[in-house]
Amino acid sequence: MIRVRNVVKKFGQVTAVDGISFEVRTGEIFAFLGPNGAGKTTTIRMLTTLLPPTSGTLQLNGLDPVAQRAEARKHFGIVFQDPSLDQDLTAWENMDLHGALYHVPGAARRERAEMLLRLFDLWERRDAPVKEFSGGMRRRLEIARGLLHTPKILFLDEPTLGLDPQSRNQLWAHVKRLNEEEGVTVFLTTHYMDEADRVAHRIAVIDHGRLVAVGSSRELQERTGTHSLEDAFIALTGASIRDEGASAADRMRQAARMWRRRT
Amino acid sequence: MSAIYILWLRELKKYTRSRTQIVASLGQPLLYLFVLGFGFGPVFRRAGEGSYLQFVAPGVIGVTILFTSIFSGMSLLWDRQFGFLKETLVAPVPRMHVMLGRTLGGATVAMLQGTLMAVVCLIAGFRPASLAAAPLGAVFMLLIALVFVALGVSIGASLQDLQGFQLIMNFLVMPIFFLSGALFPLNNLPAALAALTRLDPMSYGVDGLRAALLGAAHFGVGTDLAVLATVAATLLWLGAWRFSKIEA
Repeated sequence: MIRVRNVVKKFGQVTAVDGISFEVRTGEIFAFLGPNGAGKTTTIRMLTTLLPPTSGTLQLNGLDPVAQRAEARKHFGIVFQDPSLDQDLTAWENMDLHGALYHVPGAARRERAEMLLRLFDLWERRDAPVKEFSGGMRRRLEIARGLLHTPKILFLDEPTLGLDPQSRNQLWAHVKRLNEEEGVTVFLTTHYMDEADRVAHRIAVIDHGRLVAVGSSRELQERTGTHSLEDAFIALTGASIRDEGASAADRMRQAARMWRRRT
Repeated sequence: MSAIYILWLRELKKYTRSRTQIVASLGQPLLYLFVLGFGFGPVFRRAGEGSYLQFVAPGVIGVTILFTSIFSGMSLLWDRQFGFLKETLVAPVPRMHVMLGRTLGGATVAMLQGTLMAVVCLIAGFRPASLAAAPLGAVFMLLIALVFVALGVSIGASLQDLQGFQLIMNFLVMPIFFLSGALFPLNNLPAALAALTRLDPMSYGVDGLRAALLGAAHFGVGTDLAVLATVAATLLWLGAWRFSKIEA
């Protein structure tokens, strides 16, 4: 379903992703883990056509996100790290707008929107403006919206950031159910190891732009001789804190972006 | 096509829902209409120029459209801040359609605000020369709206955050407004000021509105139409280009 071959992404002098290769199988829930600034979001941005790779090839459901951008976009849904709803519109209007942007015909759009809103426990609140929603409701609405055009792949970039344990639990229960019922392939990133452990079939660990391990939670634990995914993760990526490195890299990226805009 | 329509509709929905914003954006033009309209009235009349309210009303209608249009175009910055922009940028529709939907929506909203202001002017005592001029007036309202929504989109697509907004308002929008002849006649100005007013696209918009509503033009209707149409086309192209360069 997803195929990544020797993909490199450089921002000026900074190499954010340094020659990664992996595959995600159809119907799989695949977790992409790594410390801050490891290259997770950059990889998602490349897979979702928002950023071209410096070198290497990507494939989504057989499509090239660079050369076949418009077509590739119909095949995935994405929930970004930061919210992307229109808060002045209602839940229903956000769904409807998405359906129009993705060319879902009217009757099918309404039917699927209703099904998804019911599934995510938002049907009763469909006519309330999104600004009245809690963080958990907004996240659920974003996932429901991302699934409206019946994508083959769903990208979730840290979808549970800032949610309470109840909302996190509920959200993953919904995602698992959709994965089982519709067979949608899920590609997710998260900082919560327990979530990856519980929902993901396979896990890839990325650090400093390189893949350091791919396998099931159990395989990663066996390989590192640890007894929890969290310990395995620390064993694979080290115990040092990455905030400083990450923010320096972010600043470089920002500078590179600004510099590019000027020319 | 459905993308253009749904984004146009979105602008309209957001407009009709923000009652406070409708009132707030009429506030400043109303101040010009009533305070200047009645304040300058006696002096204007003594100078032999007739009723100042008659003179300033088309200008105030134009200015309402100017403010609403720029603000609409630059609402792109809010969409970036609150994240919604990304939803449209990752959708399988051409960027051009996204930009067009926003621009047409913004222009429609600006025309509605302008019409609302025209009604207020009528209530205040403004009397157009003839009703037959209304269609020409609408054409000028639309052109003004397109020019400045496109300008707003170009600026909004080029700025990274909201901080530049105030700067643009003070150093671009207010000069465009003051130099347009909305508040004073463009006859017998000092040469330097006259040259500046001729560089301001809004001058042709105000002049066109005045020509349509009062039957008196400074530049002439033909010139007004030609200049506005050219500027609108150029800025729409610029807006589309800047919009295509946004990084999601």
